[in-house]
Amino acid sequence: MNAKTRRLVAASLVAVTATAVLAGCGSADRGGSGAQGGVLKLWTHNAGNAAEYDVVEKVVNDFNASQTTYKVEIEAFPQGAYNDAVVASSSSKKLPCILDVDGPNVPNWAWGGYLAPLELKGGEVPLDDQLPSTVGKYRDEVYAFGFYDVALTMFARKSVLDEHGIRVPTPDRPWTRAEFSAALADLKAGGKFEYPLEMGTGGSGEWWPYAYSPQLQSFGGDLVDRSSYKTAEGALNGPTARDWAKWFRSLVTDGYMAQKSGSSPNDDFLNGKSAIEWDGSWDAAKNVEKLGDDLLILPPVDFGQGPKIGGASWQWAMSSNCAQPEGARAFLEFTRKTAYFLEFAKATGTIPATDAAAAKIPGYEPGGRYEPLVRAARDFAVVRPVTPAYPYIASVFEKTAKDIVAGADPDAALDEAVKQIDANLKLNDFYAD
Amino acid sequence: MTAAVPLRTRSRRTRGGTLSTARRREGLTALGMASPAVLLLLVFFVIPVVLAFGLAFTSARLISPTPARFVGLRNFAMLAEDPVFLRSVLNTFAFAAVVVPVQAGLALGLALLVNGRFRGTNFFRTVYFIPVVTSMVVVSIVWTFLYQKNGLLNRIIDGVTLGLVRGPDWLNDPSTSLAAIIFMSVWQGAGFHMIIWLAGLQTIPAELHEAASIDGVSRWTRFRFVTWPGLRATRTFVLITITISAFSLFTQVNVMTQGGPLDSTSTLVYQAVRSGYQQQQTAYASAISLVFFVLVLIVSLVQRRLTREKD
Repeated sequence: MNAKTRRLVAASLVAVTATAVLAGCGSADRGGSGAQGGVLKLWTHNAGNAAEYDVVEKVVNDFNASQTTYKVEIEAFPQGAYNDAVVASSSSKKLPCILDVDGPNVPNWAWGGYLAPLELKGGEVPLDDQLPSTVGKYRDEVYAFGFYDVALTMFARKSVLDEHGIRVPTPDRPWTRAEFSAALADLKAGGKFEYPLEMGTGGSGEWWPYAYSPQLQSFGGDLVDRSSYKTAEGALNGPTARDWAKWFRSLVTDGYMAQKSGSSPNDDFLNGKSAIEWDGSWDAAKNVEKLGDDLLILPPVDFGQGPKIGGASWQWAMSSNCAQPEGARAFLEFTRKTAYFLEFAKATGTIPATDAAAAKIPGYEPGGRYEPLVRAARDFAVVRPVTPAYPYIASVFEKTAKDIVAGADPDAALDEAVKQIDANLKLNDFYAD
Repeated sequence: MTAAVPLRTRSRRTRGGTLSTARRREGLTALGMASPAVLLLLVFFVIPVVLAFGLAFTSARLISPTPARFVGLRNFAMLAEDPVFLRSVLNTFAFAAVVVPVQAGLALGLALLVNGRFRGTNFFRTVYFIPVVTSMVVVSIVWTFLYQKNGLLNRIIDGVTLGLVRGPDWLNDPSTSLAAIIFMSVWQGAGFHMIIWLAGLQTIPAELHEAASIDGVSRWTRFRFVTWPGLRATRTFVLITITISAFSLFTQVNVMTQGGPLDSTSTLVYQAVRSGYQQQQTAYASAISLVFFVLVLIVSLVQRRLTREKD
């Protein structure tokens, strides 16, 4: 190879690499620019969730067939990567027009400028007909709505409760704290269950604030002071919160609950390893199928301030950098039909967001097998704190609750959590705009 | 590339400059050859790292309506008061302090074992190497089951001691969780460094070993005065790579314990990821990364100095 050839090779290598790198950046610019030429992009977290994805696809096809101005295109992501994809594409201003969002994240995304207020005018089903927890609001504006909600509940076997002489609670007369403790003590003394109570402590992430902050609220505490959203002082470390923390830890020290439960808590319950399972409505159908009439769907325990469960599941929203907001709005209004509320709830085994839809799903009608879940979603649901700080608060709460279960000093752990949350709120100017 | 043209004309003009021109041409070619790699490194490594270090001095967040602003050393001041951060530094150093010597020693032992000429050498080499080619996530999940309160490990302890000793709940007990992760990590990583040691062992000339056996020295003396000095370069490489990978402990913690119980397994990288993504505190996570970078750099420089060739 002479010098000339070598130079040529070197030059072309540089040229090829440079082009490749530049082209890589360039092609990213061309992709996904919202609604050009009447095309509206729609993102959903349902890539790994065939049943729900099919309904999304059906709704989109119906919309595309119903008019000629806009064409909605679906892009599906696996749930685990969905939030990261949204955050990444927002920082490069590439958000799709229509996207779904997990309820507790709505204030964070609205504050961050991802979402636009919906300002819906039409649609067959009025927003007022929905369960309050299925409408995502921030600062008195509606940013999202969902077709369904899920509910926390306690599953138990009737035969087991009867055998131990334990009263079956009802939504109007749930277990009190004392009754619940006595029931656990009886079940433990019966010797059949190593851990009578299954709370899913082996889970992680959003499950912790979703599952255990309602119990904290039933004691009288909360994640943050909701009157101002400027401090957690008194809410997360007040006397009632400290009481909750000690109770939570005592479940482990008394041997009622595993410090870290197995990886499939529902199977453990079905296999008779635990007597009472704190779980979500998503397992209700499976449990009914396996246990039939022996299965009890019980209301949460009243620890003083009434039974509480968490509210809000996945909801639909439009992004703030959508080039054709009227198109996105037209799509979202189109979806607000009782038929679609029905299909989403049926496909996902969740609680439909309207009474009209609930009445049409076997089991969810008044007096039906799953009516306790509908009642819980309506009467006991507390939405997670409506603040852009929620992801931070949730992360701190998860760690604090895990520490408490593992034996940390409850008072010190709660005080440290309050200190961190307050510092974060202050650092971000209390999440003012 | 425009520079090439005047260069060529100049070389024709002056006869005496041919040699230096040829050198410069070669240099240019080298530059051309290196440029793809350099460009990629710049775009995907150097620039992001510099940006991340810059972010450490701002108020940047993952999600925020307001642009980041310069806040000086605020993030570092917060770090100094963060009990989880201090714990993470301690855990990271404790992990490295145990893993580096144990894993390097175990790997050397394995390498010496499979270096011999006997039947089944390849079989053992493969067996020791299998954990390395298995995904760390998979290994961590499997070991989570082994470490359960009623898991295989505790069943074995129970069986061997005839029920006298009850094994702890390894990953849920703050006093055993880090040790459990260390043990698993050494098991997983030793195979890789065994191969490196093996490569080093095979560069030692056979004559030296023969000469030693003719002199009739003991196995230990032979190892001490022939094998060990022959492994000087390999030793440095193994030491530095294990140290760096030990400091960046993350996957096992993320899968097995999420930093718990009671922060007993929290590490610097785990805390950076948690602050940066879950808690959306980009700037704070960048500050942790910067501190992490400086710590690893210092340790590497010290090691480099201790293991340098003494001329």
